[in-house]
Amino acid sequence: MSQVTYLEAIREGLSEEMERDPSVFLLGEDIGAYGGAFKVTAGFQERFGQQRVLDTPLAESAILGVAAGAALRGYRPVAEMQFSDFITSGFNQLVNFAAKTHYRYGEPVPMVVRCPTGGYIHGGPFHSQSTEAWFFHTPGLKLVAPSTPADAKGLMKAAIRDNNPVLYFEHKFLYRRAKGEVGGAEDVIEIGKSHTVRRGDAATIVTYGATVSLSVEAAEVVARDGSEVEVIDLRSLQPFDREAILESVQRTGRLLIVHEDTLTGGIGGEIAAVVSDQAFEYLDAPIRRVASLDTPVPFAPPMEEYFFPSAPKIEAALRELLAY
Amino acid sequence: MTDIHRPEELIQIPHGLGPEDLKKLHYFLKLTQGFEDRLISLYKQGKIVGGVYTSRGNEAVAVGTAFALEARDVLCPMHRDLGAALVKGDPLRELMCQFLARGNSPTRGKDSNLHHGNRERNTLGMISHLGTMIPVTVGAALAEKMSGSGAVALTYIGDGGSSIGDFHEGLNFAAVQRLPFILVIENNQYAFSTPNHMQFVCERLADRALGYGIPGVQVDGTDVLAVYQATKKAVERGRRGEGPTLIETITMRLRGHSEADNFSYVPKELIEAWQAKEPVSRFENALLQRGVLKEADVQAIEERIAAELEDAAQFALDSPMADPEEAARGVFAP
Repeated sequence: MSQVTYLEAIREGLSEEMERDPSVFLLGEDIGAYGGAFKVTAGFQERFGQQRVLDTPLAESAILGVAAGAALRGYRPVAEMQFSDFITSGFNQLVNFAAKTHYRYGEPVPMVVRCPTGGYIHGGPFHSQSTEAWFFHTPGLKLVAPSTPADAKGLMKAAIRDNNPVLYFEHKFLYRRAKGEVGGAEDVIEIGKSHTVRRGDAATIVTYGATVSLSVEAAEVVARDGSEVEVIDLRSLQPFDREAILESVQRTGRLLIVHEDTLTGGIGGEIAAVVSDQAFEYLDAPIRRVASLDTPVPFAPPMEEYFFPSAPKIEAALRELLAY
Repeated sequence: MTDIHRPEELIQIPHGLGPEDLKKLHYFLKLTQGFEDRLISLYKQGKIVGGVYTSRGNEAVAVGTAFALEARDVLCPMHRDLGAALVKGDPLRELMCQFLARGNSPTRGKDSNLHHGNRERNTLGMISHLGTMIPVTVGAALAEKMSGSGAVALTYIGDGGSSIGDFHEGLNFAAVQRLPFILVIENNQYAFSTPNHMQFVCERLADRALGYGIPGVQVDGTDVLAVYQATKKAVERGRRGEGPTLIETITMRLRGHSEADNFSYVPKELIEAWQAKEPVSRFENALLQRGVLKEADVQAIEERIAAELEDAAQFALDSPMADPEEAARGVFAP
């Protein structure tokens, strides 16, 4: 099987689903004629036409509201936020309309919101944010955050086929850096299932997105001293794989949560609460977290580096956790 | 102010509407009024869960617009559009259960008021955030355009709601895509307690259509036939693929924002002046003067409506609330 980039995997997932199901269509800013700010949908308009690859005005609330309305009328829209940062301009449509409609009157809202997310790209405060925690707190939304090409493709398929609003966090840093094999047209990755990317019994790292590879890197360094650390890639954030986390922590007795999002109010806090509630007696050390600083994302590279989690920061936390 | 008793200012009957249509319009106006009378009395008896927001003064807008639609058209009523929901086919029992938060209501007691939609009736369920339903209904219009159904989609916004961002985003989106979309502004002079001069300074909200390159018309919102006619024209334009229309209806909210609001901030003279144009009696008087209806017909209709509402209210009062555990169900679609 040939190697594809993470970006190509997203593209494959989208195009295969559009071929399979005529109710799938794309909408967003600059996605059609231009092919998208990151060129994810390059060539799509020629292939699927202007109606199914719809260039929209610069209006996130309209894009998300229109997507929800079309979803209620039998379509499966995939809306692109040019940067996940801009999703705030359409926040209300997601958290109050899309998320609550099925609960309120039983009509499904099958829509996907593509959110090019995250930093390590010198994007500054408004092109680098991790926005998942705002939506993690909203019942009625599903959240996925793939870290590999295979997951990017398989989760795109799952997101499009799901009957609920799904926020698909695609990491900008990984677009052209992550490469790997991908599955075929029917390899759908179930939402809610994690992937254990490294086995070990000394400690568990739970992470997702761009910090998966950083966590593996840190685990490899620590392994040279004889401690094998397990690394769980959540892949899905809502729902997240409680069973896999608990099973692993019950074996390792130590938990490090790593995420790129800022520390306070991040998803790591909820994971820590679940583990302390349901596996407290298995823990040999306090649960640790490595996350970004509780500040806006700074622009200049040295500050950005100081702000984000890195393999050395994860390694340091891991060593403290193992020594406890 | 129009004097409804002066024959030259009598409501003009649009071409294409026969006596049966006029009687239907009259029935739905009276039904709206009667339903809300019943809601107010249930509210006073403490039987209503939450607030009651009536459409007093807005009945002709709700009924007239919905009457211009076909079954295939998508409608998203807002909180003063009970009449539109009735025209579109929401059964009285269902609506009454919704206001009384019963387990068999369209939202199984999870939401109130007109916050429900129905795929078969082609209705969308509003949320409380005003303006949100504009982009959503535009999305429905996009879907109808893509499927080639020939259907249009219509929703409403108030004078106050016209200030929110989704008004602009939704209307502009619909205009750019030339969607079969109709936005009806119900300009009833007050947004809760805020008068229009604190909401906007333009002379006519309909003029905002210019900014989107679409037609904007202003009609007398107390004249159900004028509302019907303006909507019909917008519907035809939408079906021809020529794009959206903005309709501003001018009326007056004749009660408080909700039943908890005594609307003391509205000058008494203003209410009295508008009472002369009260939409339901205005239309009824016109039909009586034209001989479409006789006094005996009106009485018969009132009796029929009273019986229908009695049945609906009793049905709702006899219906149980949902199990508390229902609260935990249905967050996600299977």
